[in-house]
Amino acid sequence: MTLGSIDAWWWPYAFILMAGWAMTYPWRALGVYLGGRIREDEEILVLVRAIATALVAAVIGNLICFPAGPAAETTFALRAFSAAAGFAAYFFLGRKVLLGIVVAEAIFGLGFYLGY
Amino acid sequence: MPDDAVLPSFADRRRWFLRGAAKVASVPGFILCTAHIGFADLARQAELTVAQAVFMVGAIWALPGMVVLVGAVLSGAGLFAVAFAVALSSVRLTPMVVALVPELRGTRTSKLTLYLLAHFVAVTSWVIAMETVRNVPRDLRTSYYFGLGSTLILVNMVVVAIVFAVAAALPPVVAAGLFLLTPMYFLTSLWGSAREQAAHIAMVLGLVLGPLLHLFAPGFDLLGAGLIGGGLAYAAHLMKDRPA
Repeated sequence: MTLGSIDAWWWPYAFILMAGWAMTYPWRALGVYLGGRIREDEEILVLVRAIATALVAAVIGNLICFPAGPAAETTFALRAFSAAAGFAAYFFLGRKVLLGIVVAEAIFGLGFYLGY
Repeated sequence: MPDDAVLPSFADRRRWFLRGAAKVASVPGFILCTAHIGFADLARQAELTVAQAVFMVGAIWALPGMVVLVGAVLSGAGLFAVAFAVALSSVRLTPMVVALVPELRGTRTSKLTLYLLAHFVAVTSWVIAMETVRNVPRDLRTSYYFGLGSTLILVNMVVVAIVFAVAAALPPVVAAGLFLLTPMYFLTSLWGSAREQAAHIAMVLGLVLGPLLHLFAPGFDLLGAGLIGGGLAYAAHLMKDRPA
């Protein structure tokens, strides 16, 4: 069963509710239920955060290596270099998220015009 | 039972609701909007409709879960693999709510109010609330957070709808550049919010394992990268704590 496998207008919404809402809201509700019974520095949370971080990082890696749409016309070198330069700007110039985004986009835009 | 607390008036509640809503116009609020522009672009590439993408923002309201869901759909994963990946990416919401609830709870706050407000908890509203809620009178904190959380969701639903409406008319360089917003938002914010080195190791491993597994085991790429990368990063964390 995938998002497009049932040809009915309601199926994508049911898919989003089942794979999305039903997989996120219960974690929030659990937080209210637990109240003060779990601490931020608990050891199991290190594993939880590591898995969640690696999952999202995998999406990022896929986006840079195999983008869909107009970005697919650009070279891997340009996409990887823009992202790396944006991250370097973030890392070395005061850890500002916006700065990282702006530098990456500026370099990507320049490279795009130069035909990379 | 002694009860000196005066119930806040509706005018008080409205005033603090609006003050919470106004916090959307802040640097974290702006960054979240750029991240949703990137999400809308990603959803378009996955051939979601504008209604489905806007529905996702309101129903899930956690960008990691949303990009993992769309990323898994792009990889052709089935319902159970997608759901499992989204669940794994969203466990971190629990400790965030645990930390926020004692800050929000007033003298008469009902459990139901807290369960409703919990839906608004995601990184941006959480960071803003943890920084500013101490300046809000205790019995009005739920109104303040309701204003902040609901306005953030509504604004970003509108942002996603606008991107769908104008995307076809964008110059090619802008249309192509939108794809970079999601990677840059997460590369920087995940790195900055990491509490321990394990998360940094997990990020580097995930970046490499995602595309590698995508070539050899598409459909299992995200889950595989999450479990293997996260597991290895945790193993490194355990080794470091052990005396050599």
